[in-house]
Amino acid sequence: MIEELGTTSEGYMVINIGPQHPATHGVLRLVMTLDGETIIKTEPHLGYIHRSIEKMCESLSYRQFVYVTSRMDYLSSHMNNHGCSLVVEKGLQVEIPERAQVIRVLMDELTRVASHELWWGAMAMDLGAFTPFFHSFRERETITDIMEETCGARLTMNYICPGGVMADLHPDFQKRVKNFVTLFKSKFHEYNELVTGNIIFQNRMKGVGFLSAEDAISFGCTGPVARGSGVKSDIRKLYPYEVYNKLQFDEVLETGGDSFARYMVRINEMLQSIKIIEQLIDNIPEGEFQAKTKAVLKLPKGEFYQRVETARGELGVYIVSEGGTTPYRIKFRSPGFSNLSALPQMVKGSKIGDLVATMGTLDLVIPDIDR
Amino acid sequence: MLSLENITNTIHEWLNATMNPSLALLSEFVIIGICAIALFAMLGLSLVLMERKVAAFMQLRLGPNRVGPFGIFQTVADTLKLMMKEGLTPDGADKFLFNLAPFIVMIAAMMLLAPIAFARGFQIWDINIGVLFLSAVSSVSVIGILMAGWASNNKYSFLGAMRSGAQIVSYELSAGLSIITIVILTGSLQISDIVNSQENGWWIFKGHIPVIISFITFLIAITAETNRAPFDLPEAESELTAGFHTEYSGMKFALFFLSEYINIFIACAVGATLFFGGWMPFHIGNWEAFNHIMDYIPSSIWFMGKTFFLIFLLMWFRWTFPRLRVDQLLNLEWKYLLPISMINLLAVTLMAIMGWHF
Repeated sequence: MIEELGTTSEGYMVINIGPQHPATHGVLRLVMTLDGETIIKTEPHLGYIHRSIEKMCESLSYRQFVYVTSRMDYLSSHMNNHGCSLVVEKGLQVEIPERAQVIRVLMDELTRVASHELWWGAMAMDLGAFTPFFHSFRERETITDIMEETCGARLTMNYICPGGVMADLHPDFQKRVKNFVTLFKSKFHEYNELVTGNIIFQNRMKGVGFLSAEDAISFGCTGPVARGSGVKSDIRKLYPYEVYNKLQFDEVLETGGDSFARYMVRINEMLQSIKIIEQLIDNIPEGEFQAKTKAVLKLPKGEFYQRVETARGELGVYIVSEGGTTPYRIKFRSPGFSNLSALPQMVKGSKIGDLVATMGTLDLVIPDIDR
Repeated sequence: MLSLENITNTIHEWLNATMNPSLALLSEFVIIGICAIALFAMLGLSLVLMERKVAAFMQLRLGPNRVGPFGIFQTVADTLKLMMKEGLTPDGADKFLFNLAPFIVMIAAMMLLAPIAFARGFQIWDINIGVLFLSAVSSVSVIGILMAGWASNNKYSFLGAMRSGAQIVSYELSAGLSIITIVILTGSLQISDIVNSQENGWWIFKGHIPVIISFITFLIAITAETNRAPFDLPEAESELTAGFHTEYSGMKFALFFLSEYINIFIACAVGATLFFGGWMPFHIGNWEAFNHIMDYIPSSIWFMGKTFFLIFLLMWFRWTFPRLRVDQLLNLEWKYLLPISMINLLAVTLMAIMGWHF
């Protein structure tokens, strides 16, 4: 048995990484059993930022509960809102206008790029390189500025709502996005020069935190973590929603299964997102940005489920309705939780430095895990 | 011409003329002590500011720019803040060792200032085993770090201290071996002899490829010995929060922090002395006119310029590279650097015996 502090009966050292620790990017607590620097056992302890969002949603109307979900995975708040809106629309059987669909996809992809930018900087910081963080934030700021103009917020956007989007695009939106795409493409080589090609970085990442395809499936890993192990798991390809089935993009797959493979998946996903943005930005159809819906939404009695691909993987929204104005029960299947569950196996037998490298490539957002 | 040598000689003569020799020697000690402490503080303050400015330059930022012009008083303000903070000693700590550790690290760093030649004839102690003294005393600081990690009674500190011990002991070897190459070429351990031997050209230019190899080895080794990124494992903040000084606060933390920068300065000063001629101006063989022009630049400027160039290199490393893992760190030393420096040492010895260098 592990004692809270001190050593185990075998003489191994027990150390707490977290709840307050620079490597966990939030209030995750890992109780580690160490033999010197080698990790014997890792136990994630959750619940330090649990806000019972699912329970809160049960007392909020179908229009209101969407906004709470921005606070789950705050780095992909558009995708969270998107999933919730889709499931409500599924229940209402509302057809949303094409313009709203395109705007939603554009916002999703911009958010994905922004999220991966932050991950890239934060992961490099975990490995001890500070400078990449500032370089990635240079581009990320452009995205948050675009978001601020259109959505009025920089982090918790609350822009996508049941029926479409809250407001029409800002007049400068297209120009700004095009500027961003140009900026991103001109600066992207710096990412590879500064980090990807670095020999120290490659030594730190290659062969570390191995996750086989079988394990990825059995732990329920999704998103870049699963795709790094060669498991096809892109919801945009497997169960297309909105206009994704009309778009040309590739599901990025790597077969390495190690930290470097997951790193490469995210790096290339940024390029794929840029590709999607380029396809859509000149083809935003004219028309309404919101479907006509009633002021008070009532879902018919039944169960509804919808999944979307967030920056971290598959987000599932499951609603049980009794026919009222609020959900009877709501459940989110968050990507971070399943991805974190694979961590103890991935880091077993490696060094503390590898833990940080592996956790960095899982791209954990703790409020998403705890909800 | 006004040079630092004249000033020290004047003071020496004046002291000897006004009081008896033993009292004059004593007052010289006091003056040197005050100067060393002042230099310690000044170097700490300026290097911290330089680090922050260099980091800002690399990271598309401005860096400190509020306190004083270009933020030059930022570190002064920080030091004042640290002095006013409570120096906390944790309950479970070994109080004596915990409080002693920062002083050991600081004293080791200050002792290293002794044999450094800052300018022509401006040296505290031109001991005949100068280089040996430097390598020996620089290892003392590891005792302070181990002591700090152990006495803190904190597992992060402990892991950091253990890493530091393994790291400094290993990298001492290749640092020593690369220093020996210059000692072989010069034939002396005395700092003044080493500087004078570079009158007709610095060793980095005179010594062909072997000296360049030993310079690169030396640069890697001192980066590791001063615990700086990419070898900052003892204080890897994303792994061990703050490593061996996790539990330190206030002025005791400041002593660790300052001695880190002093150690960087010393290491770079040694590098500049051995490979770039110390205070020796840039001379090319028999170009009399060119050498004469170079002599007009004061020797202290030459020394500081070279040293700060090397410090800039170390800062460049720090803000560019990710950190190594602990086993990779030891692999790099024992499997690559040490064999390379040993073979290199043979090459330099052969070169020195045959007289192939310029």
